[in-house]
Amino acid sequence: MRYLMMTTETGDTGEWNPEQAAAMGAFIEELTRSGALLATGGLDPHPKRIASKDGKVTVTDGPFAEAKEQVVGFALIDVRTEEEAVELSRRFWAVAGDGAGVIHRVFSPGDDMPTG
Amino acid sequence: MRPVTEVSAEGAVEAVWRLEAARIVGALTRLVRDVGLAEELAQDALVLALEQWPQTGVPDNPGAWLMTVARRRAVDRIRRDRRYADRLTEIGHRLETGAEDAYTTVLDPERIEDDVLRLMFVACHPVLPEQARVALTLRLVGGLTTGEIARAFLVPEATVAQRIVRAKKALSEADVPFEVPSGADRAARLGSVLAVVYLIFNEGYAASSGDDWMRADLCREALRLGRLLAGLVPGEAEAHGLVALMELQASRTRARTDDDGAPVPLPEQNRGRWDRLLIRRGLAALLRAREVQDAPGPYVLQAAIAATHAAARTAADTDWAGIAALYALLARTAPSPIVELNRAVAVGMAAGPAAGLAVLDAVADDPALRDRHLLPSVRGDLLARLGRDDEARAEFARAAERTANAAERRALLARAAAP
Repeated sequence: MRYLMMTTETGDTGEWNPEQAAAMGAFIEELTRSGALLATGGLDPHPKRIASKDGKVTVTDGPFAEAKEQVVGFALIDVRTEEEAVELSRRFWAVAGDGAGVIHRVFSPGDDMPTG
Repeated sequence: MRPVTEVSAEGAVEAVWRLEAARIVGALTRLVRDVGLAEELAQDALVLALEQWPQTGVPDNPGAWLMTVARRRAVDRIRRDRRYADRLTEIGHRLETGAEDAYTTVLDPERIEDDVLRLMFVACHPVLPEQARVALTLRLVGGLTTGEIARAFLVPEATVAQRIVRAKKALSEADVPFEVPSGADRAARLGSVLAVVYLIFNEGYAASSGDDWMRADLCREALRLGRLLAGLVPGEAEAHGLVALMELQASRTRARTDDDGAPVPLPEQNRGRWDRLLIRRGLAALLRAREVQDAPGPYVLQAAIAATHAAARTAADTDWAGIAALYALLARTAPSPIVELNRAVAVGMAAGPAAGLAVLDAVADDPALRDRHLLPSVRGDLLARLGRDDEARAEFARAAERTANAAERRALLARAAAP
């Protein structure tokens, strides 16, 4: 199963001290080698918003102050159960410190999507 | 302690176990020099976790928790059990002086990786029958329960349990050392590990969509094992080749069957349903294999063939000449009648049906192909393209008799009856 883990808030500045950065590097390395981590990255805090209405597409430059749940980083992981995804997320936060995020199951074409 | 809220504590214990089993059993085996005893001790720790964590919450470092408990059990066990008396002096000393500190053992990544690799080599040891290697690998390295393995292989749980007990006994009796083999032995032993992983993959890949989810899950498990192995032996081109092959084959999982579960042949598959992420991973693994070694082995060659299919935007774009050349290389590296049959298909596409038929007829009498539906099915295809319709229909009828798959039989009978 694939899960998309997204961090929406990181503690105070969002900057890591060298020890934290090294620990995070080791964590990512380990997840990559075990095959659990498929892709990961951080997101530019200055996104563009694209909206479509009545056949007209408009592009607005960010940042958007009103966006409370702005995603700052993501990891796409391949695990066997939801509990495993939660456990890996716990390990991420054990290194990352304070913050918050969301985990979504990722469905592919052909998967049975839940409704509602 | 971390609060356990949305996820049940049992679920969390199970998840931790699956993530940590290989490291814990590996580290314990290094300590007690017996994979069977190590696994029992690890299981004891797991039982304790299942009892305690629902009350106390999941500890901050669950792997270290399990390792510490298992190590304590090891000391108790050795003290109690006279059978292990001869090991007491050596192991007991190491355990009691703390020379093997549990936390160091759990947290030192290099040592742990060595232990996991040793565990893979031991679980796939040639002293064991093939089925036992598969069961032991899934159990010790994959962290699966005997029940899960039994469901995946459609055999009673007692059968799997017995295979594992016998396998542990056989390893103990043969006094198989807990080490990564070196020298001339290494290539053969690595071959055995790769073969076990690919066997697990194929068992899952052969499962039809209606089967128990656990069977299809074997593909994922094999991919995980393969990726893990390639990370542990990055200098082995065939390990990367096997990963590439599995990633590329797995990328087609969703396109392989139609909505009724009937198999869809590769040229007719909806390529939009191919998983691009897995294709990219497969190609990356293939590149790593080539960086390591120029001369391609059988897994690398099979992966290269799968990559050639993956590179074609439509079936008509397929580079059949390239595929035929890769099959010719494969036939030289790992000759087999099945490879020749596949080469006949590729040659038939690249150079025309007559050339394909010539390749096929050279192996038509091979006993390995005589009772399989593939030979007449491929032959019928080539004959039909040559306009030899009567002969083609006879071949399709023969193929229909030989296949066990109902959907396939219907398709073949339809071709046999075609005007």
